Amino acid sequence: MNNPQLDQDGRLRHLLSIEGLPKKILNQILDTAESFVGVAEREVKKVPLLRGKTVCNLFFENSTRTRTTFEIAAKRLSADVISLNVNSSSQSKGETILDTVDNLIAMHADMFVVRHSQSGAAHFIAKHVPPHIHVINAGDGRHSHPTQGLLDVFTIRKYKPDLHNLRVAIVGDILHSRVARSEIHALTSLGVPEVRVIAPKTLLPAQVEKLGVHVYHDMKAGLKDVDVIMMLRLQNERMSGAMLPSAQEYFKTYGLTQDKLRLAKSDAIVLHPGPMNRGVEIDSSVADGAQSVILPQVTYGIAVRMAVMAMLAGGQGGGTQS
Amino acid sequence: MSAADIKLPNAEQLLNDLAHKIEPLLQANTALVGIQSGGAWLMQRLLVLLADSISTHAIEHGTLDVSFYRDDFAQRGLKSETRPSQIPFDVDNKHIILIDDVFYTGRTTRAAMNELFDYGRPASITLVALVNRGGRELPIAPQIVGIDVPLDAEQNLQLLQHSNGTLYLALQPSLSSTPSSTIKTDSHE
Repeated sequence: MNNPQLDQDGRLRHLLSIEGLPKKILNQILDTAESFVGVAEREVKKVPLLRGKTVCNLFFENSTRTRTTFEIAAKRLSADVISLNVNSSSQSKGETILDTVDNLIAMHADMFVVRHSQSGAAHFIAKHVPPHIHVINAGDGRHSHPTQGLLDVFTIRKYKPDLHNLRVAIVGDILHSRVARSEIHALTSLGVPEVRVIAPKTLLPAQVEKLGVHVYHDMKAGLKDVDVIMMLRLQNERMSGAMLPSAQEYFKTYGLTQDKLRLAKSDAIVLHPGPMNRGVEIDSSVADGAQSVILPQVTYGIAVRMAVMAMLAGGQGGGTQS
Repeated sequence: MSAADIKLPNAEQLLNDLAHKIEPLLQANTALVGIQSGGAWLMQRLLVLLADSISTHAIEHGTLDVSFYRDDFAQRGLKSETRPSQIPFDVDNKHIILIDDVFYTGRTTRAAMNELFDYGRPASITLVALVNRGGRELPIAPQIVGIDVPLDAEQNLQLLQHSNGTLYLALQPSLSSTPSSTIKTDSHE
């Protein structure tokens, strides 16, 4: 089968979704990211890998954190970075996505980081661009957000190195969450034996069990003895119609409080992809508490994005060198 | 010259020779830095061989993986396995003894120096190599060498490690040892 993410020699060409990526590549991204963590702690927080390359952040949908971390990642690799909020520029004048992309290619862009509210937008661009140009999906609709999934797994691995011995619970709005999908694929591909999802029926996609997860509707049962709790943001802006009674009601049932956290293992860690709705899906005392690794996630996200960009930009990769 | 014609020197013997040559350089404010992977093994062994001088002068040490600084990245990309560089001391004003296994084109040394300067401004850098195989492409040469073994471009000499930790030199299949200047770029470039 032709996998658009890999070239003919099985090396990473685009990063569009975690689904379909071999375990070997996932591990290579995580191991490479490990080497980039230290770069931020040096006197000069830069390596010259992408010197002379131009990275275009194409954001058809707003996201301050993701855009900023991609920008910082590219700059720490010495690339030139251009960030475009396309919804506020050409698109409103009627230019199509591919016209926008073609214009940037004419300006000699080397890599696109794409965020779009439509599922499949990054795939669409990846299919269109010539072979020397690389595309990274920075979130497409409800479909996928691969770098978020990778940075979550990277963070988990930092605190809990033995992935083969973990119980992980993903809590909240699974239905609208591209992050949840990417997390589930990353965790199961890398051998986490038990992934649970905890959500009300209205916020679960149909046949979610087919992704290889255990489904819970009750926090008490779902959080029991887990090592990792991955909270999701309640996606107000994606919510149409009355799926939930109210934010207060949701917090009571599915919000992560100290009391509910105590159901998990005593050394369990808490993740959240941000931005957080404090008092809706997570209580401040948990978000700022000792078990929270929410800010380390942000820091590690830069190293993971550097690893992905470096692997894409390198001509051949995979070879041994002396 | 075929691999069978060359009698390779004993790496353990060379390592002992290197230790004797390095010892006079050790003083306060010296630091040892090994280049991954062979140079890092050598450094670990030198830490033991020179333990007395090293503890007397409180000499610090670290390792570099120069993958992110290589000049052939655009052609070859990242190798599948990189290791974090670990320089757990302040590089500013240190006399750095930079250790590599096989000195060849000088490109690895250049990459290592570029990386070191991103940690700070060393007072000096002294390059040590177990073997100088000839074939340099840059005005860079090791000051301290275990032995000179002139080799042809298609020969790939590597330092390897037995499971018991002892080191040995071996000629490997030559593909990855081609000087970077003669690497053909693939069709994507």
